[in-house]
Amino acid sequence: MITYIIRRLFAAIVLLFIVSAATFAIFYLVPRLVGATPETLATRYVGRAATPETVGLIAHKLGFYDPIWVQYGRWVKAIFVGADYNIGTSVEHCPAPCFGYSFITHQPVWPDLLNRIPVTLSLAVGAAVLWVFFGVSTGVLSALRRGSLLDRTAMSFSLAGVSLPIFFTGMVGLLVFSYKLQWTAPGGTYTPFTENPGKWFYALLLPWCVLAVQFSAQYARLTRAGMLETLGEDYIRTARAKGLRERDVNVRHGLRAALTPLLTIFGLDFGLLIGGAVLTEAVFSLPGLGKYAYDAITNNDLPKVLGVTMMAAFFVVVANLIVDLLYAVVDPRVRLG
Amino acid sequence: MSGPFLELKNLKISFPTDDGVVHSVDGLSFSLERGKTLGIVGESGSGKSVTSLGILGLHNKRNADVSGEIWLDGDELIRAEPERVRKLRGNKMAMIFQDPLSSMHPYYSVGHQIVEAYRVHHNVSKKVARKHAIDMLGKVGIPQPDRRVDDYPHQFSGGMRQRAMIAMALVNDPQLLIADEPTTALDVTVQAQILDLMHKLQEEFNSALIIITHDLGVVAELADDVLVMYGGKCIEYGTASTIFERPEHPYTWGLLGSMPRIDRPNLDRLVPIPGLPPSLINLPSGCAFHPRCAYEPRTAGLGKTVAPELVPAGGSKHLVRCHLPTEERQRIWLEEVKPKLEAQ
Repeated sequence: MITYIIRRLFAAIVLLFIVSAATFAIFYLVPRLVGATPETLATRYVGRAATPETVGLIAHKLGFYDPIWVQYGRWVKAIFVGADYNIGTSVEHCPAPCFGYSFITHQPVWPDLLNRIPVTLSLAVGAAVLWVFFGVSTGVLSALRRGSLLDRTAMSFSLAGVSLPIFFTGMVGLLVFSYKLQWTAPGGTYTPFTENPGKWFYALLLPWCVLAVQFSAQYARLTRAGMLETLGEDYIRTARAKGLRERDVNVRHGLRAALTPLLTIFGLDFGLLIGGAVLTEAVFSLPGLGKYAYDAITNNDLPKVLGVTMMAAFFVVVANLIVDLLYAVVDPRVRLG
Repeated sequence: MSGPFLELKNLKISFPTDDGVVHSVDGLSFSLERGKTLGIVGESGSGKSVTSLGILGLHNKRNADVSGEIWLDGDELIRAEPERVRKLRGNKMAMIFQDPLSSMHPYYSVGHQIVEAYRVHHNVSKKVARKHAIDMLGKVGIPQPDRRVDDYPHQFSGGMRQRAMIAMALVNDPQLLIADEPTTALDVTVQAQILDLMHKLQEEFNSALIIITHDLGVVAELADDVLVMYGGKCIEYGTASTIFERPEHPYTWGLLGSMPRIDRPNLDRLVPIPGLPPSLINLPSGCAFHPRCAYEPRTAGLGKTVAPELVPAGGSKHLVRCHLPTEERQRIWLEEVKPKLEAQ
């Protein structure tokens, strides 16, 4: 078990390095390969009327003339020991862990990321509670009453839920519940939990529901399929033959086995979501990682994009790691295999 | 008042499907006393397993039609409340399934599953139940049961798993035990041990035992009485010695001919029964076995048109469902079939 954990941890670290190298390459190497010069890369960081000399100087300052691996090495080094960025008028220090420095907002990226994690985490946890509860219970009921009106209704709704994109359901939700009925908060009113839990809840209620609708639909379908498969297993017949009550047969034997594969999918979904629920945060103007990524991309702010990408990758890798370890807890065959 | 311990009267189980109604069991009757063993034999799809699941009430009422009567120790089970049957299930009547790996839950330890079976029917603490589970595991011959009790099914070998399965079935001292192909998934060497174990435990608990199998060797080993099923019907019934020494149904002859036996000189010349088991949706007209029966021409066309009744035959408690006259069947067995089997 210990070696299993160590092996998984090691693999996770290697994976993060590969992701960082690939991301870095996408933003700094690929443009060069398709014809961009250090000067064209540098024009983004100077004013419109800059002379070629100024551009050359900036490109030099930013290290764009150095080989790509030197640039990557410098970026990685900054994460561990920090770095100084010369922005022309002064030299700004970016302390470790330094995930880059934005020349547009003149701020290091890392504190921004830290500030935004709680927002995204609030969104993801609340939505996950809702979707796991509603998705799994709908799926179980559908499977147990297969072919009934309830099953067919639930599955039709879930098909709609899976198909409708967040930017549609989110907009309609805002229009109906926030502006017409005024039950929920309009967009852009996020308040941190530590400041005012009531306002926090009020602002997040609609985003939670909108996210949960989409995921519940997917989880209901997955749970239903898993339950139907499990209920056909021989060990369910054995459980019944032992004289167990029908509820225990379905829950303790059926659901227990059906939920295990769902755990993997949940880990991935949840990790992706903490990494930034881009559409949801953009629709509801929630100041989380997703909105941060969205703004960074719109403004062409490369250091921010790079930083938030790494953050997202980190969460996905960690979520996967936790799922792998949890799997060993829930499935005894993995534990010893 | 005191009828037989287990009695089935005209049991019919059918499943409506899109292709038509599947008549899996069609008018089955038999009885069994405590301490006795009944072997039910037949090919795949002859209705053996459906019968056993029917006795335990494990068919889903939504997709199966069950009619007839099943009497267990004075209780009728088919019209009984489902909750009442549930309380008998695993308690007064228990079942051992064919494939112990897929029949045990992979996520729970063997001990947990036995404890669960015990505590459904006994209001005891987990500790007491666990001790009882360990005792049971020891009784079915699992070494170091106090350590193996926390193992998971996949950590057991096939034979050990089947022993654990038997321990689970016997944990509530059932008076009726149904074993559905209990040794099919096991090595031959382990098969003998498991059969031996079941026989010993049956004697200890004085339970009625039904062994469902397609292996006549298993039946020869354990059964007092034998019921041969074909197309959902009983086609021959009798004591084990009757069925093995003076069988009268051509299908039983075929089964005996296709059974490998070490005491016969030429092991390579097994004689299979020609053709395939009948479709349970469209059973052949007349006698269900007639398309595969070598003696059908001797029935003067009756085999093709009239369904034969189950009537008394030569041996003790002997019943046969065949158009041929008893004397003719006995003559064919003695003069045509038996010599061939022995020459094989």
